[in-house]
Amino acid sequence: MASYNLNQVKVGLKILVDGDPCVIVDTDVVKPGKGQAFTKVKYKNYKTERVNEKTLKASDSFEGADVMEKEMQYLYTDGRTWTFMDQGTYEQVEADSNAVGDSQQWLKEEDLCQITLWEGNPIVVTPPNFVVLEITETDPGVKGDTSSGGNKPATTETGAVVRVPLFVQEGEKIKIDTRTGDYVSRA
Amino acid sequence: MGDGVGTQDSKLKTRVSTKRGTQVTLGRDDWHPTASMEALRLRAEILAKIRAFFAERDVWEVETPLLASAPVTDLHLHALSCRYRGPGVDGGRELYLQTSPEFAMKRLLAAGSGSIFQICRAVRNGEAGRRHNPEFTILEWYRPGWDHHRLMDEVDELLAATLGSPSSERLSYAEAYIRYAGFDPHTESLAALHDRVKGLGVPSAYDLARDDLLDLVLTHVIEPKLGHCQPTFIDDYPASQASLARIRDGDPPLAERFEVFAEGVELANGYHELVDAAEQRRRFEADIQKRESQNLPSVPIDERLLAALEHGLPPCAGVALGVDRLVMLASGTCDIADILAFPIDRA
Repeated sequence: MASYNLNQVKVGLKILVDGDPCVIVDTDVVKPGKGQAFTKVKYKNYKTERVNEKTLKASDSFEGADVMEKEMQYLYTDGRTWTFMDQGTYEQVEADSNAVGDSQQWLKEEDLCQITLWEGNPIVVTPPNFVVLEITETDPGVKGDTSSGGNKPATTETGAVVRVPLFVQEGEKIKIDTRTGDYVSRA
Repeated sequence: MGDGVGTQDSKLKTRVSTKRGTQVTLGRDDWHPTASMEALRLRAEILAKIRAFFAERDVWEVETPLLASAPVTDLHLHALSCRYRGPGVDGGRELYLQTSPEFAMKRLLAAGSGSIFQICRAVRNGEAGRRHNPEFTILEWYRPGWDHHRLMDEVDELLAATLGSPSSERLSYAEAYIRYAGFDPHTESLAALHDRVKGLGVPSAYDLARDDLLDLVLTHVIEPKLGHCQPTFIDDYPASQASLARIRDGDPPLAERFEVFAEGVELANGYHELVDAAEQRRRFEADIQKRESQNLPSVPIDERLLAALEHGLPPCAGVALGVDRLVMLASGTCDIADILAFPIDRA
């Protein structure tokens, strides 16, 4: 993979830091009027999502990371890995639980997910912002209490537990915002 | 017609606000200034205030060339150069865009100008960021017969006149390090400095020189804390950072140099000026040797400046102040693009 000098670094560049793939989120030049110029680089680790900072001098460089993002269709899981397919090439990749992380509770077969690939292997799986899932288990709401603001837990077909209004019943489909895990509406 | 309007609309919708050109701009919107008209008017007002300030004090405005036959020798200032061809110089002549008007103004002082100021463009290769644009506006002025203490008072008055800032606090370089970084910069060992800088997220600190390590502590730890309630002046720099300032004998010897900080931003740099031509030549030659050892481009020495010093530069103090940063402070922004009509990406 290419190496980048400090005149090549910019926001969005994918780099390797301590063996981990990262993306640059901010850069700035730090230079006292009479002193040496340094470049301050903030980068986010794809795996930990943590943002760190390094200050580098002109002769330093970064190693590039072969990272790309791709929209892929979720096919199935065997409980250990999750399989996704490129709809253009039919190429399939398997993501492990580290890559899927908390996203696994939103994964529904055939949904299109954003997959971050590092050297061809998935390292981050981002579900669609909104998913429609069926309720497989929830307590029946108290009759006549359909208008109150109360809510209750409900389990979806993917195993996620979300708070839903009391009027939502088993077997119904609901729309959920995966970024917050919040119920949006009945679907 | 209808289609044409639709195209216009979609162009407007895809307009990307990009100050620094990190994104491709759709629809050629990058002809716009990055600064608001309000910020540009504020710049005009500040320039008028500066000129009024000096007119009241009988400091007259001069203009010196942007193109010079020799640049500064400073290791950390990179001059852009160009090639001039014309009558008498058919082969062409290398000229450097000034990184500051210092040398030319000192020649005027040696020729008997008296107190002078200049507002001009300076150009420094490689400097672009939230506080830097490669071409920027310098206010530089000189006071014959003054030392740096008296000049610091006048900088203070200029800041009051342009920013309305309260009277400043003054710290020595050592006091600033002891107060904000917890160590004495003159006595701290090189090994301890390396450790401190490594802790600041500088992975390749091991091959940095002492002054570079001190600078990193300044920019990362000290500078952000300076000048928040009032401007902060720092003086008595290590002799190794004297640049063109006089060095006062003592233990340790100290440079009669000062810097001014406001809201965590370096604003100005001034000297009790070195007037000794022989010492000036020694400093130039030392820089040039260091440039060679670091594989930096070699630069000629400004012999006309040295000739002027030999003729006699009156004892004086001088200071250069970043006008763009002054406007940034006045308009309350941390990004230089907010107060420049067209930063380098839109030049």
